[in-house]
Amino acid sequence: MAETLHLALTVNGQPRTASVPPLSRLLDVLRESLGLTGTKEGCGEGECGACSVILDGELVNACLVPASQAQGAQVTTVEGLEGPKGELSRLQRCFLDHGGAQCGICTPGMLVAAQRFLDGGAPATEPAVREAIAGNLCRCTGYSKIVEAIQAAAETSR
Amino acid sequence: MALRPEEIERSASVGSSPVRLDGPDKVRGRARYLDDLSFSGQLWGRTVRSPVPHGRLRGVTFDPAFDWGGIVRVTAADIPGENVVHLIADDQPCLAVDVVRHCAEPVALLACDDRERLEEALSHVRLDIEELPAVLDPEASTAVFKHYRYERNAEALAQAFAGAARVVEGRYRVRHQEQLYIEPNAVCAVPRPGGGLDLYGSMQCPFYVHRALLRLLGLGDGQLAVIQTVTGGGFGGKEDYPSVIAGHAALLARKAGRPVKMIYGRDEDIAATTKRHPAVIDHRTAVAADGTLLGCEIDVLFDGGAYCTLSPVVLSRGAIHAPGAYRWPACRVDARAVATHTPPNGAFRGFGAPQTLFAVELHMEKIARELGLDPLELRRRNALREGDRTATGQELRHSVSALPVLEAVAERVGWAKRRAAPKVPGRGLGLSLVLHGAGFTGSGEVKLKARAGVELTPKGCRVLAASTEIGQGTVTIFAQMVADALGVPMEAVEVAAPDTSKVPDSGPTVASRTCMVVGGTLAAAARALGHELAAHAAQLHDADAAQVDCRGGVFYEGARALAPFAAVATSWLARHGPLSIVEQYSHPPGIVWDDDEFRGDAYPVYAWAATAVEVRVDPATYETTVERVVTAQDVGKAIHPVLCEGQVEGGTVQALGWALLEEVVHENGRVKNDRLQSYLIPTALDAPPIETLLVENPYPHGPYGAKGVGELPMDGPAPAVAAAILDATGALVPELPITPDRLMRAMGARRG
Repeated sequence: MAETLHLALTVNGQPRTASVPPLSRLLDVLRESLGLTGTKEGCGEGECGACSVILDGELVNACLVPASQAQGAQVTTVEGLEGPKGELSRLQRCFLDHGGAQCGICTPGMLVAAQRFLDGGAPATEPAVREAIAGNLCRCTGYSKIVEAIQAAAETSR
Repeated sequence: MALRPEEIERSASVGSSPVRLDGPDKVRGRARYLDDLSFSGQLWGRTVRSPVPHGRLRGVTFDPAFDWGGIVRVTAADIPGENVVHLIADDQPCLAVDVVRHCAEPVALLACDDRERLEEALSHVRLDIEELPAVLDPEASTAVFKHYRYERNAEALAQAFAGAARVVEGRYRVRHQEQLYIEPNAVCAVPRPGGGLDLYGSMQCPFYVHRALLRLLGLGDGQLAVIQTVTGGGFGGKEDYPSVIAGHAALLARKAGRPVKMIYGRDEDIAATTKRHPAVIDHRTAVAADGTLLGCEIDVLFDGGAYCTLSPVVLSRGAIHAPGAYRWPACRVDARAVATHTPPNGAFRGFGAPQTLFAVELHMEKIARELGLDPLELRRRNALREGDRTATGQELRHSVSALPVLEAVAERVGWAKRRAAPKVPGRGLGLSLVLHGAGFTGSGEVKLKARAGVELTPKGCRVLAASTEIGQGTVTIFAQMVADALGVPMEAVEVAAPDTSKVPDSGPTVASRTCMVVGGTLAAAARALGHELAAHAAQLHDADAAQVDCRGGVFYEGARALAPFAAVATSWLARHGPLSIVEQYSHPPGIVWDDDEFRGDAYPVYAWAATAVEVRVDPATYETTVERVVTAQDVGKAIHPVLCEGQVEGGTVQALGWALLEEVVHENGRVKNDRLQSYLIPTALDAPPIETLLVENPYPHGPYGAKGVGELPMDGPAPAVAAAILDATGALVPELPITPDRLMRAMGARRG
């Protein structure tokens, strides 16, 4: 248990390293070692989706991913959605315009899940969008405005 | 200086939907919740809890074989002030002594800088408890927290029942619901050198926590600041509970001399914190043959759990809303909140009203069935109208919208056509009509004397209020209302973070009062500030002060532009120093409430909602799917329509969860389903499309006509779902949630 895991990974396009206890979760690496606190913890058991990140192109719950699995991986978090000069992405803009964020605690995970869906290029029908964010719980919005925001982002990105 | 036309135009932020002020940080992942903040030298705190629902606590033993080095231990003996969670009654200890009254009751506290060691240490604390018999069924409880009984036209009531064409009886039951904010309860207590303390946390009501900590720690007012951090949802669950966790963190931090952070795991949050009160409600109604309601007798029983918390107030709202949105020539309501050996129940969006409104609305369905009436027609006939009196004898003078919301929904869903069409098996359409009192019940606001204000800044002003942003949009609507009252663009207004050492006590962020009560007080303060500045502008520019006002951020004398607001503000600040204006809320004239008789104006005004729900019931699995919701809600004025719709949609889905999915299951007083795998809330796939019709029937004494919206959407969907299931299956399920097994049993019983 005393040994340390030396991680090298790419987060939001930047090469990063971290030395963590071997049983750490990817969530701890991001939040504690790398200071990327945009990714949230809502349940710690993969049910709420607040810690959603993209790991090598796949949407994952960072609370369920052992840090060792992120060795050499490409990770995208909410902090990676904005442009290089801090400009909001279309998706972020649409969340603001359509009222997709309320208390905001699910918002980072929701945005990451939505971005993964948009990146996949599937038509943003309402059922498809709802399916894409079905692993992300929101207690504030009732989801309608989140679905609208994602559809609007898909619309404008065409 | 020549002014452009757009600068001359009066700002009109209210009624538009600008980007919410906290939005950009939230979508960038930069909003800092408690868990995102670091405190130098910080320890983690944990709670040792009772494993039994009731018992004699003989002692707390810290295993002598365990190495306690570096671990801070706290028991009730370490409490410097009073061992009480300050709220209404002083019955709840911060840490149990001599007796434990519910599972998960806090007994001792530990803190350590190493979380793994802390977890290990928890298992080395032994609680010596002699278990005692536990009362877990509220119907078997004889310990009454509060009892209300009110009557209207007692003599007429007996006659109503004697002369009724029909007497309809029904018993309705609802269970515990968990708020399930996605950010768990979280605080960090930071001791100050010299004995004071700063408490940061996720909360709705900083001054509740402030008062609780003063008593617990024996501190003076100036030694304590409670600061709300960005809060990831509340729904009432962070109204009263934060006083408990804050007290624990503060005790640990004082003993350790270091900051202590406590963040509940999801399981702990579900098992230990407050829930919606379970209720059993009995209706007995006298009805004329044409469906006119003649009189009612309603008995309400709320399970308060082990300690009083807010139960008396929850019960009063429940009791007042129990007769629903109808006129009753005569009525009697008898309501009790009793104690059981389960974790205390507390505030949850709707605050007692969803329970009693579920009962009365489903009872209306039962009445309609028994009389062979259209449920819409029954409601039309009996709905409250302007000039009518409510069951507490309140004359409804303003903004009475039962019929407008009912008709709006009926028209949108094509009610008449749908009722006339041939029945499709397994498909149903149901309706509900509710009202919700805006602001505190009874004399609550009169006793509270909420204060809120504005402070002049070089470009506009800063809002000073303790009202918290918990996702619902407080800071944005405050900025909108203040901007319009001052005549400046919204960008000129900032909103101070709630910190009890810096802002006045505008009261708790509860009871659908933030917009109407605090917003109205702020608008008044902003107008007063505007007058001061107008006088200054007049002086500077040799104008008649009576003719000077500010529009679009520019002072005018009539049509003559004098100066931008910022120039006048800067001049004022340079000449006179800081300026803040704090106003105290007072009720509009003519509002009278009698606490003892339970009579009079229970609320300044009511918001109204009608909801129609379409369901599909699977004949094989008895699962209910909500396919569509149409809801019309009169909130007086939607200050920010997008945020307002967000409240309606979010509340609706939370209510649908309560209707079909959500139930905290106890086994011998212990929560069995304390995880998100076992306590299910609606996902995006469970949530139906919702059509929201905002009806704006302005309340003359509300800011810009606004009433309240936070709780109203929680009231109507559950009974509408039950009504739709009744329509689909013929089975009236008088109990929430309507799970497949409950529906199967009800349908089986019907087939007999």
